[in-house]
Amino acid sequence: MATPANLLSWLVWLPVLAGFVVLLLGDRRIAAGRWVALAATLATLALCAPLWDGFDRTTAELQFVERQPWVGILNAWYYLGVDGISMPLIVLTAFTTPLVVVAAWSSIEKRPAQYFASFLVMEGLMIGVFAAADALLFYVLWEAMLIPMFLIIGIWGGSRRVYATIKFFLYTFLGSVLMLVALIWLYLQGGSYEIAYLQQMRIGMTAQVLIFLAFFAAFAVKVPMWPVHTWLPDAHVEAPTGGSVILAAIMLKMGGYGFLRFSLPIAPDASRELDWLVITLSLVAIAYIGFVALAQRDMKKLIAYSSIAHMGFVTLGSFIAYDIWQASGAVAGAEMGLDGAMVQMVSHGLVSGALFLCVGVLYDRLHTRDISAYGGVVNTMPVFAFFAVLFAMANAGLPGTSGFVGEFLVIVSSFKANFWYAFVAALTLILGAAYTLLLVKRVIWGEVGNDGVASLKDVNAREFIVLAALAVAVIALGVWPAPLLDVMRPTLDALVDQLMASKL
Amino acid sequence: MQGTHMVLTMADVLPAGAEIFVALAACVLLLVDALGGGRVRGLVFLLAIASLAGAAWVTSAIAAPGRTVILGGHFVADPMGTVLKLFAYGAAAVSLLYSRDYLERRDLLKGEYLVLALFAVLGIQVIVSAGSLLTLYLGIEIMSLSLYAMVAFDREDGVAAEAAMKYFVLGAIASGALLYGISILYGVTGSFLLDGVAAAVNRGEAPAIGLLLALAFIVVGVAFKFGAVPFHMWLPDVYHGARTPVTLYVAAAPKIASFALAMRVLAEGLGGAVAAWQDMLVVLAALSMILGNVVAIAQPNIKRMLAYSTISHVGFILLGVLAGTAAGYRAAMFYTLTYVIMTTASFGVVLWLSRAGFEADALDDYKGLNRRNPWFAFVMLLVMFGLAGVPPTVGFWAKVQVIAAVVNVDLTWLAALAVVMSVVGAYYYLRIVKLMYFDEPTETGPVESKIAVRLMLSVNGLAILVLGLYPGMLLRLCEHVLP
Repeated sequence: MATPANLLSWLVWLPVLAGFVVLLLGDRRIAAGRWVALAATLATLALCAPLWDGFDRTTAELQFVERQPWVGILNAWYYLGVDGISMPLIVLTAFTTPLVVVAAWSSIEKRPAQYFASFLVMEGLMIGVFAAADALLFYVLWEAMLIPMFLIIGIWGGSRRVYATIKFFLYTFLGSVLMLVALIWLYLQGGSYEIAYLQQMRIGMTAQVLIFLAFFAAFAVKVPMWPVHTWLPDAHVEAPTGGSVILAAIMLKMGGYGFLRFSLPIAPDASRELDWLVITLSLVAIAYIGFVALAQRDMKKLIAYSSIAHMGFVTLGSFIAYDIWQASGAVAGAEMGLDGAMVQMVSHGLVSGALFLCVGVLYDRLHTRDISAYGGVVNTMPVFAFFAVLFAMANAGLPGTSGFVGEFLVIVSSFKANFWYAFVAALTLILGAAYTLLLVKRVIWGEVGNDGVASLKDVNAREFIVLAALAVAVIALGVWPAPLLDVMRPTLDALVDQLMASKL
Repeated sequence: MQGTHMVLTMADVLPAGAEIFVALAACVLLLVDALGGGRVRGLVFLLAIASLAGAAWVTSAIAAPGRTVILGGHFVADPMGTVLKLFAYGAAAVSLLYSRDYLERRDLLKGEYLVLALFAVLGIQVIVSAGSLLTLYLGIEIMSLSLYAMVAFDREDGVAAEAAMKYFVLGAIASGALLYGISILYGVTGSFLLDGVAAAVNRGEAPAIGLLLALAFIVVGVAFKFGAVPFHMWLPDVYHGARTPVTLYVAAAPKIASFALAMRVLAEGLGGAVAAWQDMLVVLAALSMILGNVVAIAQPNIKRMLAYSTISHVGFILLGVLAGTAAGYRAAMFYTLTYVIMTTASFGVVLWLSRAGFEADALDDYKGLNRRNPWFAFVMLLVMFGLAGVPPTVGFWAKVQVIAAVVNVDLTWLAALAVVMSVVGAYYYLRIVKLMYFDEPTETGPVESKIAVRLMLSVNGLAILVLGLYPGMLLRLCEHVLP
């Protein structure tokens, strides 16, 4: 297949432009606006076909590169390119957004044009974040993304939406600005914002530690890691369904992506020195947050906490490499943790997105997220129950689903590093199963709990398409993750080499 | 040699053509208004705008690529001056345009108001082109006296009169401090000319203690004009007390003059003593960023909130100046110019929303604006994110550069303080967005305004976004014109 020119630019700007078209069409012509939104997101997804197809799986080099001068005096470039880490995340973004559009098709009544426009603009910005090869461009898109998300939670969210969205914005903004100072410092040392260049720059240990901490502030908040996770349950609970889906499926991944793209390669020595910090916080997230999830009465809150626990695997897998290297003396094993982290990111994107959509389906009908308001949903909504149980199983890490692959890889690799890491990490197999199955038991199984549940209607065609698409992806990735691993292989190989080489 | 002759030739005054033009235009305006009485008010307004356009034309026509010094060194025409003046005319013209309806409805659109506005511009021009400490002082007084009168323009308004009084008394003290500093500086360097001062400082002739004393008073004067903490007390009262058009007028173009004042005195005249004034500015900048941002949170009135926000932005501008490097001055200039664009738009929205008998200065007046008029809610959203420094608005690039400037001189802690304070600042800007987008409107009537205002406000708002996406041109301009 011939690769279209400027493919990445199309992926970034097509949704943004479509967003402005929808905005111009306005609420009065929202019927047309919806179709524009759907067409644009589907076109973006279609553009991922040549991206996936034309991607060279034998190199760690940036591909589909576009490079134009942007801000000459600051030596900032409009520089796009993808490698094995960013490409799958772009595809994930392009896959998720149309589902969000379809899910919101007629359920959003308040200012729908602005709703769809926000998601379209977000999609472009998120793809841009993954595609940016210039740190300043990355930062601009990274921050710009906060604006539509701020509006999405604030306008269409639940009763405490204002508190949640301001907390969300300020938390992530505070983390990000420290990263900005670090990037500026790096620029003043090296004279370039090019990420690949920053990755090769020699940096002294003290500086590396400070840079690592600044990056850590940005990415740990975004992931989010314990103890800076508190914005997430609030934001998730109050966000509209689509907002929760994008937040869980894509935005959290940006934290993990940041660790892999910035923290580890730019400050490898500081990462080695401080990996205990990340590993400890990850294990706390996995174990402690697992217990917290167990105690939730709100469906969305439960899934939000489960997200934090699952993202703990991503950070654990990313930073376990040093310990494996030390314990086994071989580089080969180190890569498995990174593999696991990446698969976990993609998988969690699909599964958590799907779970939030399931909650959205129920919420649209009964307007409550209380677990106790449901019970016996399987009796009235058998098709929905099938999907919900499938995604719940994937969330618990059942073999055959995508949730299994990532967790398994990370747990196995942490065995190589330290038995106790693996022991704590493996707790999630119990905890994850416990809170997920408890949710399923209370909401789906059993006798019909009340009149509300009795009156439920099963999923309509629109909801069916959305859930089915996700179900297919979850199972496909669970049964046959090889294509994804193949794409990532050379890039992760190169990343491991970067981790192990001292920059002092 | 120039300036030693008693006879002025055309070449001796031509570089000051724009100043002469504005002074004459103001006089003509006064005459037309006096002769025409109340009947020609529309004409007078058009004449005022035309004068500013004419000044822009004259300034561009006589702009020379290099530095021209006339009148014995007291007047300097250089590329930086040209650009700053052009921006000042633009800011003044746009401010007047936004104000017209407001003033007309309250019967304040008198010829004198416009004449004062033009004289304020004249003061700004003189400050921008000052080659000596005396010219600087002259310019400051022309500008300040015009602004005091503008604040007090509405005779019926007691609050405005009080604000004008505070402005005048504190401004006079500041002028006094500046003048005192200038006299000491003259004593230790033997020159009023900035070139002469610079030469004396660079040769190390000036006694250190005398220089420090002079510096202290001059920095106080500059800080007063900027509104930097702890010399900021006048600013919230003036912003709050003055009629909104006057607030806009005080908030926009005079900031350019403040920047020019800092550049002329500190960078050009006392550039050799940067080590001595850097510490003073560090304190001023840090205090301004902290106090401005923290106190702004508690303000229920948007004009007062924007006043404290101004104080915090002054802190950021000073970051660029205090670095004392070419990149720092460029950053400060870029920050000043973009700040003027943003602040003009912010008060533009306030004026646009005001009607007869309704001031639109309480935060609650912005509730549900997205319902009533999505486009101008969006413009205000751009302004708020711009002031907060969130990309893709131009406010981000302004912050990036001043932060880079201080990191470059190893004041990384100050940079960290600055970014943390910008997060604090984000809170109160977000609150406006929250009111506009998340709350329901308390009144639902459409907002009426003239097409010219709507157009100008749209361009003004979009400039924040367009310059944010492509800041290169303005950056190059700043780089190009700074010495």
